Amino acid sequence: MTFLLGLACIVLLTVVVVQIGKVTELANGLRGEEEMQFKTNRRSGMIGMAFLIAFLVFCIATAIYYKNYMLGYGPHESASVHGSSLDRLFAVTLFFTGIVFVLTHILLFWFAYKYHGRAGRKALFLSHDNRLEIIWTIIPAVVMTFLVISGLDAWNDVMADIEEGEDYTEIEATGYQFAWHLRYPGPDGKLGARDYKKINGLNPLGQDWNDVRNLDDIHPSEIVLPVGKKVRVRITARDVLHNFDMPHFRVKMDAVPGMPTYFIFEPQITSEEYRQRLKEYPEYQLPSDPNDPKSDPLWKTFEFELACAELCGSGHYSMRRVVRIVSQEEYDAWLAQQQSYYMSSIRNSSDDPFKGQLLDMEVSMRKQEFDDKLTSARAAETAADRIVRLDYVFFETGSANLTDLSRYELQNVAEAMNKYPEMTIEVAGHTDATGDAAANQSLSEMRSMAVYNYLVNELNVDGSRLAAAGYGSSRPIDSNDTDAGRAKNRRTELQILSL
Amino acid sequence: METIDKTVIAPGIDEDVLIEEFGYDDHFHDHHHGDKYQSNFVNTYIFSQDHKMIAKQFLITGMIWALIGGGMSLIFRLQLGFPEESLAWLKPLLGKWITISEAGVGKLAPEFYYALVTMHGTIIVFFVLTAGLSGTFSNLLIPLQVGARDMASPFLNMLSYWFFFIAGVIMFYSLFLSTGPFAGGWTAYPPLSALPQASSGSGAGMTLWTISLVFFVVSVLLGGINYITTVLNLRTKGMTMWRLPLTIWAFFVTAILGLLSFPVLVSGFLLLIFDRELGTSFFLNDIYVGGQALEHAGGSPILYQHLFWFLGHPEVYIIILPAMGIVSEVLSVHARKPIFGYKAMVFSILAIGFLSFIVWAHHMFMSGVNPFISNFFVIFTLIIAVPSAVKVFNWISTLYGGNIRFNAASLFGIGFVSMFISGGLTGIFLGNSAIDIQMHDTYFVVAHFHIVMGVAAMFGMFAGIYHWYPKMFGRFMNPTLGRLHFWGTLIGAYAIFWPMHYLGMAGVPRRYYSFDSFETFRHFGTMNQFITIAAIVVFALQVLFVINFFYSIWYGKKQTTRNPWGATTLEWTTPIRPGHGNWPGKLPSVQRWAYDYGKDGKDFIPQILPPQEGESEEVH
Repeated sequence: MTFLLGLACIVLLTVVVVQIGKVTELANGLRGEEEMQFKTNRRSGMIGMAFLIAFLVFCIATAIYYKNYMLGYGPHESASVHGSSLDRLFAVTLFFTGIVFVLTHILLFWFAYKYHGRAGRKALFLSHDNRLEIIWTIIPAVVMTFLVISGLDAWNDVMADIEEGEDYTEIEATGYQFAWHLRYPGPDGKLGARDYKKINGLNPLGQDWNDVRNLDDIHPSEIVLPVGKKVRVRITARDVLHNFDMPHFRVKMDAVPGMPTYFIFEPQITSEEYRQRLKEYPEYQLPSDPNDPKSDPLWKTFEFELACAELCGSGHYSMRRVVRIVSQEEYDAWLAQQQSYYMSSIRNSSDDPFKGQLLDMEVSMRKQEFDDKLTSARAAETAADRIVRLDYVFFETGSANLTDLSRYELQNVAEAMNKYPEMTIEVAGHTDATGDAAANQSLSEMRSMAVYNYLVNELNVDGSRLAAAGYGSSRPIDSNDTDAGRAKNRRTELQILSL
Repeated sequence: METIDKTVIAPGIDEDVLIEEFGYDDHFHDHHHGDKYQSNFVNTYIFSQDHKMIAKQFLITGMIWALIGGGMSLIFRLQLGFPEESLAWLKPLLGKWITISEAGVGKLAPEFYYALVTMHGTIIVFFVLTAGLSGTFSNLLIPLQVGARDMASPFLNMLSYWFFFIAGVIMFYSLFLSTGPFAGGWTAYPPLSALPQASSGSGAGMTLWTISLVFFVVSVLLGGINYITTVLNLRTKGMTMWRLPLTIWAFFVTAILGLLSFPVLVSGFLLLIFDRELGTSFFLNDIYVGGQALEHAGGSPILYQHLFWFLGHPEVYIIILPAMGIVSEVLSVHARKPIFGYKAMVFSILAIGFLSFIVWAHHMFMSGVNPFISNFFVIFTLIIAVPSAVKVFNWISTLYGGNIRFNAASLFGIGFVSMFISGGLTGIFLGNSAIDIQMHDTYFVVAHFHIVMGVAAMFGMFAGIYHWYPKMFGRFMNPTLGRLHFWGTLIGAYAIFWPMHYLGMAGVPRRYYSFDSFETFRHFGTMNQFITIAAIVVFALQVLFVINFFYSIWYGKKQTTRNPWGATTLEWTTPIRPGHGNWPGKLPSVQRWAYDYGKDGKDFIPQILPPQEGESEEVH
């Protein structure tokens, strides 16, 4: 049907063409070809002038109409420091090219009109003019020199590396089909090593977990950056070329597999300030969801964005990440909340080379945790509440043998005893309610004794400041009907007897 | 008939008299009793060795490809302009690439969207604007305007067309593969183009794409070497280089550019084929794709980009120089004035040709090359603006003081100048690496290159077709339709591409299937609709042109005089329908430059007329 319709259109068009053709030939025959040509010349020249005027008006009117959506010309001033210099350069170039565009177009169509062929007119014989040629070689050459110099000046500034001793944040973006994977260096400030052969479902970047710099690296789902501080983005790709494109920041750089690239920029406005700027413009009062007039206005839902600007396959158009620029305080708070990817996804899995060992950061983390609990227990109102649960003291199943890693927590206990020389404590063993109550009772006694012995014999704590007691399953802190509850009930506690 | 069609130059003097008296006798008739090369249908119309027939073959093949390539753009423009509309009606044409939801809404598959974009670029750049433009007019005009019987090697010339034809067949076949045609962009950057795992079109589609283009390059080289040899060795008596029409200068430099740059492209393709088929690592390094880490190590995708753009940039001049040559000639003839600054025009062609080889990395400012290197490429790139500006000023000055005859040819010439200005000026933005940070790979680039090398080159081609149509077919195309075609296309082309500058300035990236997911890019729905509608209208106008073209071959107004435009150049001294060998008797000899229009009060003086007594001296 469609095909037939198309065919019918073409046939119809052909008929029209043939008829117009016949009519013009007839008209030419009637009026004389030369006269017709003069008429055509005059008419074409006039159409040209009309076109010229309409075209220039169209150019100016549309530019004004779209101004507030275009970067650099409405509210969309550059969100990065270097971007302002690029916008200036764009404006300068637009100034020069705009003059040339308007002048040459006026001359082109005006000459075409003015010198349209007519009866009795003779063309001027004007083959060349060397002085004119020199003038219009030199003028563009001078303008180009100016543009080249300003351009290269800006370019080399933008592309300059971080200077020695300058403070900056380093982040990494890795393009893959079809998303960006982001990585922050974590507290150590360093991104760990990667090897593409180590990539798998659990290790999307191929991080080498033997490299301790990797262990604290964060994989956030959006880019969050502090305002007013330089950022160095390390840009990589996993499969094909991508391009790290953040239009509001005038940032763009290819991501190349096997060859990291870099872009350094400094955000100069926070997302919230930017929204306030947009708020002033009528274009951004429209509802953000065109189908829901009650949705938030555009300015309110505005976010900076990261896109891909190098064709990378069928999902190229969908590689969006939100970019949030915040104050340094908000940034610090956000960063503190982020958990390292290693800790959340790799730790103690079969991929973890440190499985069964405690990492330095875990040791210090646990010490911090213990110290916090001890401080609050010592501050408790009643003696009965002065209890510190030893969450990292474990025994082999059904026995009173301490596991290897329990020594770190007991070390913390020993240090606390040294810190508070007056403190005396009771080591209390508890079990869950599974099995025989008497057996549980004796196991809990043996376990508390094992802790007591370890503290006294291995860590040289004064035995007179310690007591050991077993309570079996008599003092549950949670239900014995669930696995989680029972796990909580099996525990070792310190009861502070005197401060 | 033959007696009344001649151009009477002075009482009793016409072309035949001049050729007989001053021409050069190459004993053409002694060994050409009848035409043994063109004795039947097959060797006249199909395996013809006549440059004029080969030109028509290039032209008509190019037109068919233009319709295919342009038609593809309509489909992806529909996706961009009307993303919500159902494309179910395209199902009979596109088959599985249209998926129909339960509600009956047909969606274009993103893979095929990218295949269309890729094929559109490849077809228009190579098959239409290289083969269709340079192939057509170099073939038609070089022997005719330098005064030669044919190309230096008519047989290689024929092969040149048939290699192009084979390239076309292979490319066309690739459109129907079940995995789809190549979809990684016309630049075919690896690793995307090297890995079938990364894009289904990078499988068999890419294999055929590369093979097709290797055939195409063979075609360009066979053609180019012929054009160069013919211009250098087969110029007729008196035709010094400084008397060549600007068309020939442009074709000559174009052929040199092609000869020097296309082999580099082939070497890039060969290495890419090695990477794809033999497991080498010229362009591949550290890749994890499709759940698997590849063994390739040590290559650089950027190396491919260097090789590609070493062709790719001269290629844009391969496209635009012939158009510039044609427009120079057409404007001069129809303004009835010599081209202004002939020598400046020649030197600017040479300068542009030379510079085109040392600017390629301006396509790669953002690709991760050392930013220091970019400094040089910025300088050379912006220098090109100078010879380009010289050319524009010369064209405008050619109109100044003229007695302009308006017809489709001269209108398209003027339109070309307008487009070249508009598109050329935006190149000054993009060539400056600092601005390119923001503009790279946005619609600003799309607007720039479509206007300056797409539309402008097409306009040059149309100017040439309307102007030399009588030479090709002995008839005229309908002038009213021609003018309608021009004004519609001029307005329509600006309607399509001018708004794209704003998209680019808003940072909207090119090659996006949909803009919905990005807050920054999704505010231009109305504009995208407008562009799509303009594109449909412009395409319809080109269909009108095609109809006019074919209709006129058989039914157009007959050419009754040899030199309908009053032009000075040699091609108009042949009989209306020149046979194989072009001139029936002696070869014309050339006595003067090609632009004696309006000299000494005469409308024009043909190149074959010797200096007359009392004629003012030749200065240009």
